[in-house]
Amino acid sequence: MSYSITEPSNGQKWIAGTLVILYAVITMIPLLWIMMTSFKTPPDSISYPPKVFYEPSLEGYVNLFTTRTRVSPEKLASLPPPANFAEEIVRNRDMVIAGPSKFGGRFLNSVIIGFGSTFLSIFLGTLAAYAFSRFKIPLADDLLFFILSTRMMPPIAVAIPIFLMYRKLGLSDTHLGMILLYTAVNISLAVWLLKGFIDEIPREYEEAALIDGYTRFQAFYKVVLPQAATGIASTAIFCLIFAWNEYAFAVLLTSGTAQTAPPFIPTIIGVGGLDWPAIAAGATLFLLPVMIFTVMLRKHLLRGITFGAVRK
Amino acid sequence: MAEVILKNLCKSFSRTKAVVDMDMTIPDGSFVVLLGPTGAGKTTTLRLISGLETIDSGEVTIDGRVVNEETPAQRDVAMVFQQYSLYPHLSVRDNLAFPLRSPILKTSNQEIERKVAEVAEKLHITSKLDNRATELSGGEMQRVSIGRALVRDPAVFLMDEPLSSLDARLRADLRIELKRIHSELGATLLYVTHDQIEAMTMATHVGVLQEGRLVQFGTPRDIYEDPESIYVASRLGLPRINILPAALFTSTSGMADTIGLRPEHVEYGVGQDASVKRVEHLGDQTRLHLDMQGYNITVLSPAGNPYSAGTTVKIQPVNPLCFDQSGNRITGRDA
Repeated sequence: MSYSITEPSNGQKWIAGTLVILYAVITMIPLLWIMMTSFKTPPDSISYPPKVFYEPSLEGYVNLFTTRTRVSPEKLASLPPPANFAEEIVRNRDMVIAGPSKFGGRFLNSVIIGFGSTFLSIFLGTLAAYAFSRFKIPLADDLLFFILSTRMMPPIAVAIPIFLMYRKLGLSDTHLGMILLYTAVNISLAVWLLKGFIDEIPREYEEAALIDGYTRFQAFYKVVLPQAATGIASTAIFCLIFAWNEYAFAVLLTSGTAQTAPPFIPTIIGVGGLDWPAIAAGATLFLLPVMIFTVMLRKHLLRGITFGAVRK
Repeated sequence: MAEVILKNLCKSFSRTKAVVDMDMTIPDGSFVVLLGPTGAGKTTTLRLISGLETIDSGEVTIDGRVVNEETPAQRDVAMVFQQYSLYPHLSVRDNLAFPLRSPILKTSNQEIERKVAEVAEKLHITSKLDNRATELSGGEMQRVSIGRALVRDPAVFLMDEPLSSLDARLRADLRIELKRIHSELGATLLYVTHDQIEAMTMATHVGVLQEGRLVQFGTPRDIYEDPESIYVASRLGLPRINILPAALFTSTSGMADTIGLRPEHVEYGVGQDASVKRVEHLGDQTRLHLDMQGYNITVLSPAGNPYSAGTTVKIQPVNPLCFDQSGNRITGRDA
């Protein structure tokens, strides 16, 4: 067989394939376990040895979205037949649905804060990156380093000053406060990534647009932005993943109106301890938006990460 | 269509002087080619006229209007860049329509459609209108970018080596195309190139730049036949003009320090001996590379070409250009 530098041999393909699949399986197991747990009943979820095969149940999802009260067997018998599958599941545990849980609201908070801060980071980051890329700014390199240096410590290191500052400013437990905080953390990443992408777009395009009768802002909007779309998409994914998953600040700064899903999910208490299926159901639902967003943009993400690696 | 006047134009980038005290009048309807080596200030001159660079001092006048303070959009110029000039995210049609849709022109959709179709026809790209700009070949891309300049009716067209990234055949085709467009539209064109054939065949006027200064301005024939310095003489002519000490030939001694000998300005059979080092057959012409007392001379071989490498030939200059010690031309009157 002849040697080729572009075509791997069959043996190499086997080894590479096995390694990739093995790694994928290892990283997928926790996710798979969470999804499986979300469809277990509470007794199944804590049985030992752990059950791999079980009868799926929606109890975790019902418990996630409702609050329930225990009633006496006489009271239960006197009720009209259950109106839907949720009531039926709850009554099997000698309980009735008392009302909706807070999960919907917390989830919505996560959506507002996650996407809000992503939008703001990208909006400000794109404008700043464009300025750094195109204009002569005094001390530009120092400013860029300063922006990057905000990422050199773990953000939680400044938790106490931020906590005190937010209390003074009335930003504690508000959507705006959390959006601003996550934007502040994400903006350095956004500026740096986007500057790289915008640097790759030749200036000639904008110059052509200027001569074609457009103002600089119109040239930016009509010529630079569409070409930076790939970079903007991949930067947006990174920003969203951070803001969506952030736990420490959310625990510290939110408790009610603006609490996001991450600090809320572990506090779901069931009868006699933590309600694991409900927690797993919350985690599963919580994963979905980022997964969908990433899958939707994965073409851009792949191109984005390797963008500029090879000069065209 | 308009006259462009540059008056004492200056531009420096940090410590480099790109354009120095440039005075030039580009007559209405002319096709002016700027010649000069890299760094002579050709592109900077175009960019100063277009407004992409700010002017340090001096004045640019387009159609009688001083435009120093105007934005590129307000100056009503069209520019064709050497490369990268098509918007890659748009189709060919949208690329052509882009200037027409600008807030300055605000053309109606019907008018845009008509003009785009007209220009596409003229440049033979009608079948490519719905392709994305990145799906075209090099020649097609450059035709589209020329088309994007043509859809407008600008005061002046600026072209910065528009053909230099194309292969020889396309270059020849587009050269003819550009010349035809120029004569049809009667437009004022300012064109930067390294290529002497482009300069000789298309230009009505040639401006030769040296280190940011305009050193000679005239018709291509003037520049070729009557250059003011060795520098200007070296800009045009292929093979290049032979610069030789005047003392090499007895017939050319006098006040001249150096002579410039065009390859065709040679008489055979008389004069000094030179040995033939190499013979190049190009089809339509044959070049001889000669060695005379250690100097290399490239000449066009006489018809019939009786010479081969290793033989000796007698040559004598015919109407050589005479230059003084500093490289300036000594004309017949004061020689």
